[in-house]
Amino acid sequence: MLALSCLYLKWSKLVQEQRSRVVKLENTEKNYHRDVDYRTIIQETIIRKNRRRKIVNKVFTGITIACVALALTLLGSILLEVVKNGIAAISIEFLTEPQGSIIRGDGGIGPAIQGTLLVVGYASIIGVPIGILAGVYLSEYAGNSKFAYAVRFFNNVMTGLPSIVVGIVGYILLVVTIGSFNITAGAVALSIIMIPIVVGVTEATLRLVPNSVREAAHSLGVPKWKVTLFITLKSAKNGVLTGIVLAISRIAGETAPLIMTVLGTSLFFQGVVSPVDALPLRIWRLASQPYDHAHSFGWGAALILIIMVLSLSILLRFFVLEKRFKPGSSSTWITNRLTRE
Amino acid sequence: MFLSSFLLRGRRRGDRVFKWVVIGAAGYTLLMLVLVTASVFEGSIPIFSLEGFGGFIFNTDWNPVSGREAYGALPYVIGTLVSSAIAMAIGVPISLGIAVFVSEIAPPKIGTPIGFIVEILAAVPSIVYGLWALFVFRFWIVDFIERPLYEAFGGTIPFFARTPFGLDIFTAGIVLAIMIIPIISSISREILKAIPNSQREAAYSLGATRWETVWKVLFPYAKAGLLGAAVMGLGRAVGETILVTMIIGNAIGANAIPDSLFSPSQTLSSIIANEFNEAVTVFHSSALIALGFVLFLLTMGINAGAQLLVSKMVKVSPGAKE
Amino acid sequence: MSTEEYAKAINYTPSSSSSADAKRGGYKVSVRNLNSWFGSKQALKNINFDVKENTITALIGPSGCGKTTLIRCLNRMNEMTPGATVKGSVYLNDIDMYANSVDPVIIKRRMGMVFQKPNPFPTMSIYDNVAAGLKLNGIKDKAMIREIVEESLKGAALWDEVKDELGKPGLSLSGGQQQRLCIARALAMQPEVLLMDEPTSALDPIASAKIEELMNWLKTELTVIIVTHNMQQAARVSDYTAFMYLGEVVEYGPTQQIFKNPRKELTERYVSGKFG
Repeated sequence: MLALSCLYLKWSKLVQEQRSRVVKLENTEKNYHRDVDYRTIIQETIIRKNRRRKIVNKVFTGITIACVALALTLLGSILLEVVKNGIAAISIEFLTEPQGSIIRGDGGIGPAIQGTLLVVGYASIIGVPIGILAGVYLSEYAGNSKFAYAVRFFNNVMTGLPSIVVGIVGYILLVVTIGSFNITAGAVALSIIMIPIVVGVTEATLRLVPNSVREAAHSLGVPKWKVTLFITLKSAKNGVLTGIVLAISRIAGETAPLIMTVLGTSLFFQGVVSPVDALPLRIWRLASQPYDHAHSFGWGAALILIIMVLSLSILLRFFVLEKRFKPGSSSTWITNRLTRE
Repeated sequence: MFLSSFLLRGRRRGDRVFKWVVIGAAGYTLLMLVLVTASVFEGSIPIFSLEGFGGFIFNTDWNPVSGREAYGALPYVIGTLVSSAIAMAIGVPISLGIAVFVSEIAPPKIGTPIGFIVEILAAVPSIVYGLWALFVFRFWIVDFIERPLYEAFGGTIPFFARTPFGLDIFTAGIVLAIMIIPIISSISREILKAIPNSQREAAYSLGATRWETVWKVLFPYAKAGLLGAAVMGLGRAVGETILVTMIIGNAIGANAIPDSLFSPSQTLSSIIANEFNEAVTVFHSSALIALGFVLFLLTMGINAGAQLLVSKMVKVSPGAKE
Repeated sequence: MSTEEYAKAINYTPSSSSSADAKRGGYKVSVRNLNSWFGSKQALKNINFDVKENTITALIGPSGCGKTTLIRCLNRMNEMTPGATVKGSVYLNDIDMYANSVDPVIIKRRMGMVFQKPNPFPTMSIYDNVAAGLKLNGIKDKAMIREIVEESLKGAALWDEVKDELGKPGLSLSGGQQQRLCIARALAMQPEVLLMDEPTSALDPIASAKIEELMNWLKTELTVIIVTHNMQQAARVSDYTAFMYLGEVVEYGPTQQIFKNPRKELTERYVSGKFG
């Protein structure tokens, strides 16, 4: 009896194993076993968690809207304050006269306006041609040489040069040697900031000019330098112009490089080796004085500066950039190149 | 025959001349960098030979009195790092929020103008930021943030211990944050735009909500690029001078090491701006130039890193939305 | 979960117009009076047809006929495109997905989608790619996820090729394998309907053949709707075919009939290659 039951147990075990092996085989042959239970579990989980996920989604969207609102509010505040506080100071006298008595609060920022225009112009005379030519080199003449790589890499890196360091360099190279603070040092310092920007923009926009333009000109027998200057560069004119104008509005707002190069003065332009005033410097000096009218002048100067800087940027974006570039791509790239200090 | 070869030679001469002109211009740009590095380094030599490089960096003195001169960069390095850290902590999340809003949430009619306006923020000169911060924003911060924090936690948490006047490292950090938001958000926006649409479609077809897509699919995809954008913002914050000088409180030497968020402090760039024109002794000037050198190294390192990160991202996913 | 229970759980209230049209005889998917616009341009005009369960339906037609728009309307993906509007109804198991009370996000998860170009998530491993849908939707049971991943990869005929390398990044696979990975990813969500938008057009012939083979037994488990510009593929693979032209369904019927005995002249011209 015992033996029989043992045998029976063994036999049923064997049958069990057989059956499970069959089931396993079935499972592997039918490579995809749809278990309806999975579907139900998934559906139930989804329905259960859906409300919470929607709420989380809404919360995050709300947060981003808050961020945007914050940024817009702050920008609005800046512009509002500048206009509100600055407009009171604006007058013909303000714009053309040098600073009068500090206590009486008359006069204006004439020399600062003149100085900014001069130093920026001077810097552009240095920076624009060099920047364009170097950009032309990188786009049209450079091969894969180490030199070209270095030029490109370091120009990129130099867009991040702190402007105070540029000021120090201007001081060492041109103030110490000449013997006094002077506009030339300031112009050279600003050009150091300007050049990498112009190089980058020029190279980028020249690269966008299709090769067919160059080839067509070459096939007509025009020498390469003429092709580059009069044809390729001309087609990229808008982009290059944009880059230049944006670089100019960037350096017009720079303060740090001017502190130890042009120094700032209350006099009008006195010569290439003399100090000169500039709007950012004047604003800084006015802001540090304890008198209300000095502050008011400061706001007025800031208003002038912002008008100069923003109008260039905005006008250019509206009339040139949006038509020529894919919205976003190079224009943002350009803006980024310019807005580092 | 003679004429044509003459003309040819003339043309070739023009080409050769122009070629050397452009190479010269390119070389000038490298020369600029060499001059910058060399002059700053050379100007730092006096102080480095006096105190040693390490000695200078880790010193906290700042004594321009002749006979007892000692200079140290440490407080200002700390000031730069802390103010930038605050700026990043506040600025990066807000920038990402703006970037996601403009790129993923807002319809183009709203998104494009908003992106444009945020970029205008980038064009405002930092002196104007400084003016606004000094005369307007500082009081908002004192009234709405610093004072409440001081009154609530001033006794207990050392971070909030000092009486807040608004001219301190906290304010500097906040305004720096505002300044770097346009940069970080516009680069991030470009990067998000560069992610192929097929990724979003895959996520949505699996039932992901918009934010789940952003966090679990888009951000991981764009990790390197977004990091690069943040680092570019950091580079800007570190190098900022005039704004910081106007609101950081201008402490000197060991006093410049902030013991609370509401302490006045000083950064590498702000002290240079403040003292450079008044420095009389050789060592004082040299110390200031050496601070510039340290700042230079710091910024160059940060920016080189950012370039590498952003270019790595662009290589991974070339091309815009499919 | 029965349809009634499901409908209750998602707060489905059939709108009055839809119930009138719901003369449906147990079809898996029914499209009723579907119209769609991109801005002011109409992309789909009055689409009406029914899809039976466990079949493969092919949407064919020349470029621009609206077949991709239509398939994207089926799981409400079309709404992702800015400027797109949709009117009409799409019934999945008697529930109108476009009813006002229905949250589109819930419905989408019952239909899976595979796209033209394989789009695995590059930062995720093969395992994580397949599990992506489950994890995103809040499934936390690791054992269940593991089982589903294995089954889905088997269902996409990819398991044997990757079972030892589940940790490798999704992009390390070949094009055809990536597409099967995307299929596995869609299958992991246990969809009832699988929508495929030109799934093989970016693949080489061998990979395409593998996927067509796959479709053949996928249909035993779920319903497949496929868009293809390759008529031969439609003829090989599908049970029913809809021929579309300029936003309308010109003809719809069993594949054999469409290709051998088309009733409309336009259909006949298209399938014999006279245009397209």
